[in-house]
Amino acid sequence: MLADKDRIFTNLYGFQDWGLDGALKRGDWDDTKGLMARGQDAIIDEIKASGLRGRGGAGFPTGMKWSFMPKESKDGRPSFLVINADESEPGSCKDREIIRHDPHKLVEGALIAGYAMRARAAYIYIRGEYIYEAKILEAAVAQAYDKGLVGKNASGSGYDFDVFVHRGAGAYICGEETAMIESLEGKKGQPRLKPPFPAGAGLYGCPTTVNNVESIAVAPTILRRGAAWFASFGREGNKGTKLFQISGHVNKPCVVEDVMGLTFKELIDTHCGGIRGGWDNLLAVIPGGSSVPLVPAAQIMDAPMDFDGLKAVGSGLGTAAVIVMDKSTDIVRAISRLSYFYKHESCGQCTPCREGTGWMWRVMERLRTGEADISEIDMLQDLTKQVEGHTICALGDAAAWPIQGLIRHFRPEIERRIHENQGPAPVMEAAE
Amino acid sequence: MADAPQIPDETEVRARWGDFEWTPANAIKAKTFIARYPAGRQQSAVMALLDLAQRQVGAETQTQGWLPVPVIEYVAAQLDMPYMRAYEVVTFYTMYNLAPVGRYHVQVCGTTPCMLRGSDDVLAACKNKGLIKGHTTPDGLFTLTEVECLGACANAPMVQINDDNFEDLDYDKTTAILDALTAGEKPHIGPQIDRQTSCPEGGPTTLKEMVSANHDYRGEW
Repeated sequence: MLADKDRIFTNLYGFQDWGLDGALKRGDWDDTKGLMARGQDAIIDEIKASGLRGRGGAGFPTGMKWSFMPKESKDGRPSFLVINADESEPGSCKDREIIRHDPHKLVEGALIAGYAMRARAAYIYIRGEYIYEAKILEAAVAQAYDKGLVGKNASGSGYDFDVFVHRGAGAYICGEETAMIESLEGKKGQPRLKPPFPAGAGLYGCPTTVNNVESIAVAPTILRRGAAWFASFGREGNKGTKLFQISGHVNKPCVVEDVMGLTFKELIDTHCGGIRGGWDNLLAVIPGGSSVPLVPAAQIMDAPMDFDGLKAVGSGLGTAAVIVMDKSTDIVRAISRLSYFYKHESCGQCTPCREGTGWMWRVMERLRTGEADISEIDMLQDLTKQVEGHTICALGDAAAWPIQGLIRHFRPEIERRIHENQGPAPVMEAAE
Repeated sequence: MADAPQIPDETEVRARWGDFEWTPANAIKAKTFIARYPAGRQQSAVMALLDLAQRQVGAETQTQGWLPVPVIEYVAAQLDMPYMRAYEVVTFYTMYNLAPVGRYHVQVCGTTPCMLRGSDDVLAACKNKGLIKGHTTPDGLFTLTEVECLGACANAPMVQINDDNFEDLDYDKTTAILDALTAGEKPHIGPQIDRQTSCPEGGPTTLKEMVSANHDYRGEW
């Protein structure tokens, strides 16, 4: 288990003051000027060397993402940093804890990341339902302005940098980076076609980088403690510490920071008091938020909780939102409810997703009750393949994968329901 | 479309809300929202202004608030954008109410993480109190909506009532909250069991020094 001194989010549960005074005592905003004085390229190199991969789900190397931003503006366009706090993936609740209990880590990270990528301002896009959290974040930003930590000559570095909070209003799709940019511009959050990528033309047509809250909030600590410290945790290609969010059928659901690559069993036994009803009662786990396929108990038990470890069992780390299901779960209903979620959240732009998510949900509901024909399982599988990869953004894929995972691992259960619903097979009389 | 909002009659709405304008305090707030965006990009503030308008309507009607057409027109005009662009935003995002809601908007999360922890019981408790999905109770006190993941999964099941989250619920706790609201009381916000935010029940497994003091770990680096 990770030692407490190596945890980045020390006020994770909010036992202590989230405000500037409390944050200063915990070491935030400690010589930020000095960190920035290392220079933009040195900061990006340090983040690259730390092996930090984006914490929003896709796992793209953060330092590399920052390096895509233009080093100088040839046409006068400013650059922007957009911080994705639109945490809406079912199972995810980590950014909420960062924002309401350690907001200054995020604000300081915004300054450092924004400086490294030569951005003029950061917009923090927080989901609308986080009303209390947005209030705290706005207050934290105001505190930072008051003390000159951000704004003109931010932290005495000579660099001007603004931080703004933008509240969403309830749309999962705005967590997709181009949809978020659209929403920031005051439009419906419908994703844009790429290219052009945001690093070329994003917010207001200017170079933009969109980063997850956690990726930004860990940056100052990585710089303070050095890339080698961060890289000393986890396996090759899966470095660092991570906030895990465990929900569902464990004895004590919680959010906790631990090293990448600890096994599922370790994670649950150490922090969550085990599976409800014991380990034999475990049915399946969705290890990375609703978009990734589920993994049956036998395979997940010793799987390392990191990007590659979960990929190896046919799933993904996503946001490290671990949804645990014990044997009392109606597994078909659990996935069907996710299908309803995607139907509800499809933005309606691409036909395969707009129509397909509705179809998938309706077929899933039939499979749930068993009022279906055996052939509909393959039909549903085929349908998911027609949605997956045929849409502008990844919501279509995200809607398809949980169903594919269900069919892959729980086909016998679906078939059992259909057979049960049809009643016993008619007794065939032998030919005379 | 059975769950589509019943948009009220336009003539009545115009008569009631046709002369909507910001209260002095909200006019200042609206200015600060617009100032967050570059000059000429004031449309970016549309979401913040619509939220502000909904809250003002709510304050005037003693409900969570909603967005009548003249109010949307007012916001669009403030930002120099076509009405349709603003209306599009209102219909796209779920937090804008297209029809009046009750004093308390009970938003029960029903997505899988909450479902696994018993959101069915939460909905049953609501039903038992006479709340029907998509409808407002006859006394105008409660509107019930089943919403999608509200991002408090480690504290599932949960409900958001207007601005407040109530977490770690079950049937009885939900009933108690609804009873308290009916009685005009303010129920305790946050986890309804003995638990600090998203910390494991019974105390943290990590960072135990942080419970009693604002510990600085830098000395141990």
